[in-house]
Amino acid sequence: MSSIALAHLSVRYGKRAVVHDFSHTVKPGDWLCLIGPNGAGKSSILRAVAGLAAHTGEINVDGAPLRLRSPRRRAELVAYVPQSPVLPEEMSAFEYVLLGRSPYVSYFGAESPHDRAMVRNVLRRLDMETFAERELGSLSGGEQQRLVIARALAQEAPILLLDEPTSALDIGHQQQALELVDRLRREHGLTVISAMHDLTLAGLYADRLALFHEGHLVVSGNAAQVLRAETLAEFYGVSVTVHHEPDGTVVVVPRRVG
Amino acid sequence: MTDERPVDLDAHVAMPRQHSWWLPASILVLIGAMVLGAYIGPAGRISSANWGLIWTVRMPRVALAALVGAMLSISGASYQGAFRNPLADPYLLGVASGAGLGATIVFVIGRANTSGWIIDPLPLAAFAGGLIAVMFTYMVGAAFGASSSARSSITLVLAGVAVTSLATAVQTFVLYQNNDVIREVYSWILGRLNTATWSDVRLVAPYIVISSFVLLLHRRQLDLLRVGDDEATSLGMQVGRVRLIVVVAATLGTAAAVSVSGLIGFVGIVVPHAVRMLAGASYRRLLPLTVVLGAAFLILTDIPGRVLTNGAETPIGVVTAFFGAPFFIIVLMNKRLAR
Repeated sequence: MSSIALAHLSVRYGKRAVVHDFSHTVKPGDWLCLIGPNGAGKSSILRAVAGLAAHTGEINVDGAPLRLRSPRRRAELVAYVPQSPVLPEEMSAFEYVLLGRSPYVSYFGAESPHDRAMVRNVLRRLDMETFAERELGSLSGGEQQRLVIARALAQEAPILLLDEPTSALDIGHQQQALELVDRLRREHGLTVISAMHDLTLAGLYADRLALFHEGHLVVSGNAAQVLRAETLAEFYGVSVTVHHEPDGTVVVVPRRVG
Repeated sequence: MTDERPVDLDAHVAMPRQHSWWLPASILVLIGAMVLGAYIGPAGRISSANWGLIWTVRMPRVALAALVGAMLSISGASYQGAFRNPLADPYLLGVASGAGLGATIVFVIGRANTSGWIIDPLPLAAFAGGLIAVMFTYMVGAAFGASSSARSSITLVLAGVAVTSLATAVQTFVLYQNNDVIREVYSWILGRLNTATWSDVRLVAPYIVISSFVLLLHRRQLDLLRVGDDEATSLGMQVGRVRLIVVVAATLGTAAAVSVSGLIGFVGIVVPHAVRMLAGASYRRLLPLTVVLGAAFLILTDIPGRVLTNGAETPIGVVTAFFGAPFFIIVLMNKRLAR
């Protein structure tokens, strides 16, 4: 279980600042979801935490700055699932999930029997044992997404970053993938930061939402505090109705304007 | 909710598809190729009474072909992995022409002047030229190519074509300013596999053995790089450093190979892709197999040239191009490239 604290995080690409001075602490086992229109800076925050984007400000895991760690030591703490993972068609599912063990293998070394047993174990937990020898190119989108999550899980990092984990999936597989992340979070105490477009799903699974607009944090809080019709109209330019279900679920439904 | 099962170290861990018999099978092919290479020649089959000829003429040629074939193949596979580009090859990236330019400059300075040097500068100059060429190709390709798409594959190859043309143009210019070395340089470019001696083998073997060893050590890293720079980085790999080491090692070996064999194209494309078709795309299997089968391939393609003589031997580069060019077209047509 690890907490992650972002302090005054800013990201620029050349002269263009894409994230301005974002500070937020995610408690151990919590799920923070970044929302906002395209170009709001959600992916850039995740890339900064994953060590893929140059940034200013501090990122601390359990109080220790991430920037002092080598890429391998960082990978032991933070697992990153990009929006469009590269899935080499001819790679077997087992080989792919085994890549998640890379941070634990020395430069010239090979994976140990423990690493291989670990991968078997992850595949078994995700009910994907029978997929081990299948090539990635032969799997469906939903199966591929589960494997990407399996690879992140094999990484045994306490912090999981998910960039649009469900954007390429149908509604059934969206639910399946998010249920899986939620289950892993509860079983392993994973701390999750995700970026998502589907506001209802974001509110359903995350503990906290943070709404961004042009790199600035607009509002953060729980689903009821962030998913308000007038807020969404202002920053997404969208006309929506927000329903509050009796169980506390917040449902965002687009409205016909014409 | 499923139960939390601890990692059971005693559990039978099934290995992914067994490919362990590929390496012994390839070594058998290599031994067969060496026997054929030693026995078939323009003078017809030699009787066992003629061991002297086999040892001083045929065997160095076989050994040199094996070294060069192994090196060109493993560098091709390594460039393909480092650049994540199925079309990468020592020749298409401009390495060979850069090495040729480097070697030409040594010839212009004069082999007589360098004969007293402790280390022969020829392979080193070829290495420097090859390295500058491939770095230039990569920078141009990276600057104008979209990331991780078929378009960037093509951009890298086009950049290689441009670098090759530039290096060749400079080389031609230098040669026309120094007429006296043209003959030396061209006999170097055409290679001397057919006049190989044990001293040629001794000259290049250290470079090729070291380069191949370094590349083989990086086969797990090349597998990790298959998921792209971003994901490899997020899995803890220092991508820039690994790519630099792999490219330098592959270029060093290629330059050494080119410095004795001359221009032999397509080996770095044909052998790695043939091995992928047979044994899968994992670099862990691919790199050892390309070494063995690359050696066998060049020994075998060196044989037709000795038999199909018409006053002179058919150059080996002609034979590899004859097989390689159609194969290259097959690779281009492969639907995987389009994705």
